[in-house]
Amino acid sequence: MIRVKPDERVRVSLVVNGRWLFGHAEPRMLLSDFLRHELKLFGTHVGCEHGVCGACTVEIDGRATRSCLRYAVQCDGATIRTVEGLAVGDTLTPLQAAFNRHHALQCGFCTAGILMSTTAFLAENPKPTEAEVRDMLSGHICRCTGYEQIVSAIMDVAHGGG
Amino acid sequence: MKPVAFGYARAETVEEAIDLLAEEGREASVIAGGLSLGAMLNMRLVRPRIVLDINRVPGLDTIVAANGVVTTGALVRQVDAFRDPTIASHVPLLAHALPHVGHYQTRSRGTLGGSVAHADPSAEIPLALVTLGGAVVLRAKGRTRRVPAADFFLGVLTTAREENELLVALEWPTRRPRTVYAFDEIAQRHGDFAIAAVAVAAEVVPDGTLGHLALGLGGIEDRPIRIETAGYAGRRADASLAEAIAEDAASRVVPIVDLQANADYRRQLVRVLGRRVLAAAFEDAVRGA
Amino acid sequence: MTEPARKWIGAAVPRMEDAALLTGNARFIDDLEPVAGIRHAAILRASHPHARIRRIDLEKARAHPGVIGVVAAAEVTALIGPIPSAVRAAMAYYPIAVDKVRYVGEPVAVVVAIDRYVAEDALELIEVDYEPLSAVVDPEAAAGADAALLHEAHKSNLAQSRTFHYGDPDGAFAAADAVFKAHCRYPRYSSTPMETYGLVAHFERAPDRYTVWSNFQGPFILHALMCGSLKIQGNRLRLITAPHSGGSFGIKQALYPYIVLMAAVSRLVGAPVKWIEDRLEHLMGSSAAADRAGSVEGAFTRDGILTGLRFHNLVNVGAYVRAPEPASVYRMHASSNGCYKVRNIFIQNDLVVTNKCPVGLNRGYGGPQFYFALERLMEIAARGLGLDIVEIRRRNMLEKSQFPYISPGGSHYDSGDYLAGLDETLRLADYEALKRRRDEARAAGRLYGIGIAAGIEPSGSNMAYVTLAQTVEERAKAGAKSGALGVATISIDPSGAVTVRTASTPAGQGHQTVAAQVVADALGLRPQDITVVSEIDTLTSAWSLASGNYANRFASIVITAISQAAERVADKLKAIAADELEVAPEDVELADGTARVVGVPEKAMPVRRVATSTHWNPAGLPQGIAPGIYESVVMSPEMLGSPDEEDRVASSVTYGYVCDLVAIDIDPATGRVTVDKYVSVHDVGNELNPLIVAGQVHGGFAHGIGGAMLEELVYDADGNFQSGTFADYLCPTAPELPKLTVGRVRTPSPTNPLGSKGMGDGSSMLTPAALANAVADAVGSDEVELPLTLNRVWDIAHGRRHERAGAPRARIGAGPQAAAKPGGLVGEGTVELAAPPAQVWALLLDPKTLASIVPGCERLDLVGPDRFVAAVTIGVAAIKGSYQAEIAIADKREPASMRMIGKAAGALGHGAGEGRVRLEPTATGGTRLSYSYSANVGGKVAAVGQRMLGTVARVLIAQFFKGLERRIEPEATAEKRSMWRRLFGGGDA
Ligand code: FES
Ligand code: FES
Repeated sequence: MIRVKPDERVRVSLVVNGRWLFGHAEPRMLLSDFLRHELKLFGTHVGCEHGVCGACTVEIDGRATRSCLRYAVQCDGATIRTVEGLAVGDTLTPLQAAFNRHHALQCGFCTAGILMSTTAFLAENPKPTEAEVRDMLSGHICRCTGYEQIVSAIMDVAHGGG
Repeated sequence: MKPVAFGYARAETVEEAIDLLAEEGREASVIAGGLSLGAMLNMRLVRPRIVLDINRVPGLDTIVAANGVVTTGALVRQVDAFRDPTIASHVPLLAHALPHVGHYQTRSRGTLGGSVAHADPSAEIPLALVTLGGAVVLRAKGRTRRVPAADFFLGVLTTAREENELLVALEWPTRRPRTVYAFDEIAQRHGDFAIAAVAVAAEVVPDGTLGHLALGLGGIEDRPIRIETAGYAGRRADASLAEAIAEDAASRVVPIVDLQANADYRRQLVRVLGRRVLAAAFEDAVRGA
Repeated sequence: MTEPARKWIGAAVPRMEDAALLTGNARFIDDLEPVAGIRHAAILRASHPHARIRRIDLEKARAHPGVIGVVAAAEVTALIGPIPSAVRAAMAYYPIAVDKVRYVGEPVAVVVAIDRYVAEDALELIEVDYEPLSAVVDPEAAAGADAALLHEAHKSNLAQSRTFHYGDPDGAFAAADAVFKAHCRYPRYSSTPMETYGLVAHFERAPDRYTVWSNFQGPFILHALMCGSLKIQGNRLRLITAPHSGGSFGIKQALYPYIVLMAAVSRLVGAPVKWIEDRLEHLMGSSAAADRAGSVEGAFTRDGILTGLRFHNLVNVGAYVRAPEPASVYRMHASSNGCYKVRNIFIQNDLVVTNKCPVGLNRGYGGPQFYFALERLMEIAARGLGLDIVEIRRRNMLEKSQFPYISPGGSHYDSGDYLAGLDETLRLADYEALKRRRDEARAAGRLYGIGIAAGIEPSGSNMAYVTLAQTVEERAKAGAKSGALGVATISIDPSGAVTVRTASTPAGQGHQTVAAQVVADALGLRPQDITVVSEIDTLTSAWSLASGNYANRFASIVITAISQAAERVADKLKAIAADELEVAPEDVELADGTARVVGVPEKAMPVRRVATSTHWNPAGLPQGIAPGIYESVVMSPEMLGSPDEEDRVASSVTYGYVCDLVAIDIDPATGRVTVDKYVSVHDVGNELNPLIVAGQVHGGFAHGIGGAMLEELVYDADGNFQSGTFADYLCPTAPELPKLTVGRVRTPSPTNPLGSKGMGDGSSMLTPAALANAVADAVGSDEVELPLTLNRVWDIAHGRRHERAGAPRARIGAGPQAAAKPGGLVGEGTVELAAPPAQVWALLLDPKTLASIVPGCERLDLVGPDRFVAAVTIGVAAIKGSYQAEIAIADKREPASMRMIGKAAGALGHGAGEGRVRLEPTATGGTRLSYSYSANVGGKVAAVGQRMLGTVARVLIAQFFKGLERRIEPEATAEKRSMWRRLFGGGDA
């Protein structure tokens, strides 16, 4: 059994966006803080730190989930994908490109989380209905867009031309 | 909004976990999905000396059907349960309840066991367990006990789990013949905690009368409750019976109040949602009978 | 001179901002480490709504390892003065509580530590000794004579009252055929941007200067106020905005007190300090739209012509009149006729302070409250006069031929075609079909309603409108104020690349893209050739008082400055090119990246070459052309003058128009409102970028839906804050947004060369009124308040008075009633005990017994006659807290009844309540004990755990009586611990 004392900083190694990285964390450090302030991956945002807003959503071991409700020490050895891991070089993913075309983001603060959820969601359900898309989006709060253009961007990617 | 300093222990086996619980007792908080505990930790409402992580304990994520019971390990994720064919075919009530649990991004990590251990009065999984008459399997050093769901939930966030016990599994009675399972809820927003949730297992015998009926209510009292319905057996399973049962249930509950709903409204939801869910279930059952 | 071809303006150009935002490459304030050695701040906030601070002990926190410094009001006020306000009232406002706390969440002390985690640890070590005072949250109660007084020096909670007369309102009412009145209570809500407040404050010596990086949005008129409070001149406070801001909607205006606070803290602790507000802090202690009470009356002819209006606006500004308040009630003031012809208007604006967080800018800024009043009135009048809701508006709307139009309050309505907008709305909604659907639905026993709300959308605020809060004499004394400066700078560097600086601090509105479109057209370039810098650095940018991002000012003012600067650059480029090409400047056009002769496209040279020559070859420039290209425009729309002696002011530059129509279906059994049809027609003048316009319309609509249906910052009657998490403060998510049909009418604004109007507030102002009207129509009642939650709509639909959870209600006669204040906890119950009343009575007054039956009691001492103090640890599941409790017994009528009064305070919160206990002998020689209780709980448990409070209280009370029973018959209750469930299983609350 691994045991870490409250004030002990331990090394946490994990694969992030295809690279082995490591940083140090006390047990209480949120994964969201670890990604941002230890690994300097500022693309993941924090909007509530109590699991409601979805801004911090990342993919951990293939599943989109809240990084503010996870502690970095729990993730030693995990495989994580963040928004920085989507585009390849200058090429946006089709989803990112659709967000741009449809004006699916305004301030962009919620966007990273929504992209991570949607990417995982579409991998499981490539041809969702609009209701399914809205159901998936209900785990996110966006205060800028009213969601309309987000939905149309996702439907466009899933169904083409939609 | 950061947690108090806590220690961390990652158990590799159930034995390790219960040894630690024996040692730390109420100073330890067990983390599975962390969907409820994480928020309370971050807000410093919960201040454990140590967080016990059971996520890497092998064998706690299994779903096994045997002897009329489906046993789900404490770590079965909500999304996996939803996709599991055994759950779909043997525990349809749970399968009906799961889409109402949280959101896509929380079901991916949230566990069945964690939801039951947390005991939110509005939570769907505890309601399904209570309605079906399932049980909670708890292990402590040197002993294992099964607590019927009806005795497990004591009140808001309060259960019969002792400090040194680990919730290792849930037991779900498998579907009964001629029985229709139905679940619905009313929440202010999509995916919110239910203001009222209704779970039904209704058996209709071939002559169209009601056999066994289980009616569970969530979000109404400080824990999921089952309404006594034995007296209705033998009556014609139709809309008017649904109405009578729902009225009866509404008259018996002692609703909680919060920002979202007062007691009168909750009682009203028992009446209307109860009637709707029961009537639909009866109709389905009669069709199948 | 030829008009530049408009190739980009008006095109749906995808945003240039997006690439960074989509790839995680954009940087927000919490991503920045602009100086080395940053330390992290956390704020201790008041858990009491109203209390005197007897003592603060910072020593334990200071001694905590990792803590750099801890400061409270004593240290901070040695450096700063109060923040000035336009309202002259003795209500000094500091960014930290001085002597008293006046709202839950008010800063009390600041810890600076090596990281935020340690800073929060140290917060728990600060000891504050509060003397709780009674509180007031309701604006009507606050104005009353016996209300708790927030600011003793002012002697009243009424901060200010002003009345205004335009035309002859009394005459209009005297001559009216009918007068209708709408009572309006408007809830408090906030746009809660997804990114919270954040800043890094750095004090440097030599010269003494504060530099603060933040996501402040302006208006930069507040820079002057900040300097006033910090007692420095303007160039000693350098404000720099982050490259990206995660939404604002006005809310980030109220970051400025924290800029002042943290600037001082940085100086006091000797380190640069980063403070990132968390969501709990944001919900309880940032800002919000003001809640209002009051009424509006309308004088009508029998034909439905509105001839007079009387507004009584009672504005709850929160605990302080924090600048720029009371601007929210003056923003619509000069347009109080809305989109109607009415010219006789009386307005009374009363500002009251209460024990709530101070308010400020929020999307729509005063508009939602204003339209809720006016458009509810129109609907009530239509019903009263037997007119169709469309017809009454049609008869009163300004006509196209009347523009430009000067409103009674002095607004210069620039352009509009309101009736065309109304018709377009009806067409898109198919109003006649909706009415048929309503008839059918009603015939089938369903609740179906249709509501309309229409209004103007003023944009680009005159900085002087807020001075309407002052009397004519006060204004004269203070010196005239007017205008709204727009600033833009365009430069072309030696490589020929174009840079535009807008100082417009956007938070997602796409200013960079739109500015690039405008400049691209003017200079014959492509938007992607142009770099736009929208952030402000007050030491290096061109800026002025009005700079920032609010009041939809971008498309109404900033765009004019950009166009003018672009024209100047274009003129210069043309002059140089004309010289090269040997033609007259007016024969040159800039297009496709070239400067070319009109009609002779082959006679051309690249714009880039023209531009670079100003750097590389100044000697070769034509006569009178200065080297380099750097054009700054500072302008103010000329109509924006000072308020006149009759309190009239041109308060905005452009006036858009919005007309919303909604049809809803209510499930009478559940109160669920389903939107059947929602149409919103907008006139934003010429659209600069339709993609962005659509985004703003949908976004504003979502805020309107949130405010109408879900969102409220809830306080109980004692001022305890109850919606401290995103699980309690409900923002709409994707499934909550109904399908929105958007329509357009277009009347270009004559106030700027592009014909655009400011926009963005739009539906956030009208949607709440439209939905309230539809619900009122459906249920046939005018008792409609927001938010229209399930429970509230069900109550309204069934003619019940809606009471929020915990509010007192008449209950079955079993137990004596205890009075609870709204939002508090109440309950009652009965228990049968085996001992006679006299024995039960004695036990209840015995300290030893009490010690053993008070849940979690660790100690209990008798401190006076019938007075006890106790130390208790109360835990529900893993949520555990220790509290100091005081219990007193009063109104004893031995052995029949008594009153128990108690209060408790601990780290997680505090509570106060009382219970009434009645003892009656039973036939079997025992006692029937009935009780009722009421309590109000505050602090963190109330803010974040509201959902659970009621049940927890019940559990604790039940434990108490179970303990009592166990004392009386020990064996009988030595059962399993769910015993109390059976005991209290039925009949109690
Ligand atoms: S920050 Fe994690 S859900 Fe809001
Ligand atoms: S784009 Fe601003 S919150 Fe979604």
